[in-house]
Amino acid sequence: MSRFLLRRLALGLLTLLLVSVVVFAATQALPGDAARAILGRDATPQRLAALRAQLHLNQSVFSQYGHWLSGMLTGNLGTSAASQQSVSSLLSGRIGNSAFLVFVSALVAIPLSIVLGVWMAMRRDKLADHVGSTVSLVLAALPEFVIGILLVVVFATNVFHSLPAVSLIPPGDHAWQHLNDVILPAATLVLAVTPYISRIMRGSMIEVLESDYVTMARLKGLPERTVIWRHAVPNAIVPAIQVSALQLAWMAGGVVVVEFVFSFPGIGAALVDAVGNRDVPVVQALTMIIAAVYVVLNVGADMATILLTPRLRTAGR
Amino acid sequence: MTDTALTPSAAPMAPVLRQRQWLATLRTALGFTRTRVGLLIFVVMVLIALLGPLFAPHSPTEFVGAPNSSSTGLFGTDTLGRDVFSRFLYGGRSVLGLAAAATAFGVALGVAIGLAAAYAGGVADEVLMRIADVFLAFPQIVLALLVVTAFGPKLWLIILTVAISHSPRVARVMRGAALQVVERDFVRAAEAVGEKRSRILFAELLPNVTSPLLVETGLRLTYSIGLMAGISFLGLGLQPPHADWGLMINENRLDVTVQPWAVLLPVLAIALLTVGTNLVTDGVARASIGVDRS
Repeated sequence: MSRFLLRRLALGLLTLLLVSVVVFAATQALPGDAARAILGRDATPQRLAALRAQLHLNQSVFSQYGHWLSGMLTGNLGTSAASQQSVSSLLSGRIGNSAFLVFVSALVAIPLSIVLGVWMAMRRDKLADHVGSTVSLVLAALPEFVIGILLVVVFATNVFHSLPAVSLIPPGDHAWQHLNDVILPAATLVLAVTPYISRIMRGSMIEVLESDYVTMARLKGLPERTVIWRHAVPNAIVPAIQVSALQLAWMAGGVVVVEFVFSFPGIGAALVDAVGNRDVPVVQALTMIIAAVYVVLNVGADMATILLTPRLRTAGR
Repeated sequence: MTDTALTPSAAPMAPVLRQRQWLATLRTALGFTRTRVGLLIFVVMVLIALLGPLFAPHSPTEFVGAPNSSSTGLFGTDTLGRDVFSRFLYGGRSVLGLAAAATAFGVALGVAIGLAAAYAGGVADEVLMRIADVFLAFPQIVLALLVVTAFGPKLWLIILTVAISHSPRVARVMRGAALQVVERDFVRAAEAVGEKRSRILFAELLPNVTSPLLVETGLRLTYSIGLMAGISFLGLGLQPPHADWGLMINENRLDVTVQPWAVLLPVLAIALLTVGTNLVTDGVARASIGVDRS
C-alpha cells in the first residue's frame, strides 16, 4: 500500500511542477515587457533598466522561471502590476475568505448529500427517489452563476429581500465576521455540489442494501435504524468520501464565478479582476494556488479511498 | 457543473460490436420520458437561438427608450435603453455557436488521444495520461482565464482553450472504453492484414465505442454552454455591444431589482438549454448501461 501511496504522491508533485511550467509559459506569451507594464509609458530608461534587473527580465527564460518558482515556494509571490503592492499581502486575506466559504459550503453539503443519498436509496424507485433524481439532474445541469443569480433574484431582491445580494465585507475584515454575506455564495456552492455527492451515495447505498450481510442483519432482527446507520452506511460511504474530495477540488475553481456573482472578496473575484487588468503576477499566483489545491485534493481523494477500503489497504502487504 | 460525471459513466460493459452502437443507444434512450422532455426543451431553445433574430422587433444595439423602463416593448429596456426582448432573441446564437465549436473540437481531440493511448499502450499511454493530468489540474474556467490574460479576449482562442480543457476528460473515458476493444480478435486480424494505424483507430476501434462517445459529447456540450456563457458573464468573452446571453446578465445584473427581465430572460434561457442537454445525456447514459444506477 505505501508504495502505491508514494507513487501517487510523486505523480502529484510531478503534475504540480508541470502545471507551474504551463502557468509560466502562458504568461510569457504576453506581448510587451513587464517592467514597462508596471512603470507606464513615460518611465525613464534608467528606471526601466533597474526594474528589469530587479525582476530578472534581463536573464534567460529558464533562470526567470527558476526565480519565479523559488519565489512561489517561499511565499514571495512578486509585486502586483496593477496596485504595486506585494501579491502575498494583497491575497492573504482573500485566501482566508475563500477557504472559509469553501469550508462552510462543504460542512453543509457533505452531510446533507449523504443523508439525501441514503434517503433516496431507501426509497428507491418510489416518488421521493424520482423527484430527488430529477431535481439533482436539473441542478447538476445549471452553471453555478445561473444558480447564484436565481438565488439573488429569489432571496435578495424581488421575492423575499432577506439577504444581501452582494457581499459588503469591507477590506481588512474577515468573511467570518459577516456571516450574512456568506450565506448566499455558500448556498450556491452547496446546490452545485450536492447533486453529485448524493447521487454517488445513493448508488453505493443501493448496492450495499442488496448485499447479503445487510439481509443477514435484518434477518437477525436488528432494528432498521441500526441496520442502515451502523452496518450499511459505513460501507457505502467510501465512494461518497472520494467524490466529496473531488467536489472540494472543484470548488477551488467554482469559487471564481460564484465570488464574482456576489462580489465576495475572495481569490475567485480577485482572479477575475486581475485577468481584467492583465495583472500577470496576481494571475500567476492565483492559478498556481488553485491548481495546487486541485491537485492536493485529488491526491487526497485517492489516498482516502485506499485507506478506507480494507481490500486496497491490505493489497500491497 | 463538475467534472465527475453525474450521468453514469458508460465505459464498463462488454461492447456490442459493429452494430451502430450509438443508434441502438439513442433508440433506447428515446424510450425514456426524460430524454424526450430534454430533447423537446433543447430543440425549442436551439430554434429560439437560431431563428430568434428573424422575429426580433428591434436591432439588438438600437436604443429604443429610457434605460430600465418596463413599459417599452414586451420585456422593457435594458440598462442602456436597448430592447430586452430583441437582445434576448439575438443573444442565443453566440452561446450556442461557441459551445458547439468547443464541444466538437474538444471531443474530436479527446477521442483521438484516448484511442491512440489505448491502442499504443505502454510508455506512450503513460505519457499521454500524465499530460492529461496536468491539464486536469486546472479547473476549466481557470485555464480559460489564464489564456485570456495572456492573449486578451479572442474568441477563437477561448474556443480552443475550452476544447483543450475538455480533451483530457474525454480522452480518459474513451481510453477506458477502447481498452476493452483493443484486445478483441478483429483488431488483431486488422493488424495481421496490415491495416494502417489510423484505420485501426478510426475504422476498427471507434465504431465500437460510439455509445460512450455519445454520452461524453452530451456532457461536454452541457458544460461548454455553461463555460462559454460564464466567460461572457465574467466580461472576459464576448465584448459589448454584442448581444449574448452571458454578457446580458453581466450588463444588467446590478439593476436586477428595477428591471428583472433583462437578467431573468437570459438566465432562464441558459438554464433551459443546459437542463435540456443534461436530460438527454442522462437518458443516453442510462440507455448505454441499461441499469438505473450510478
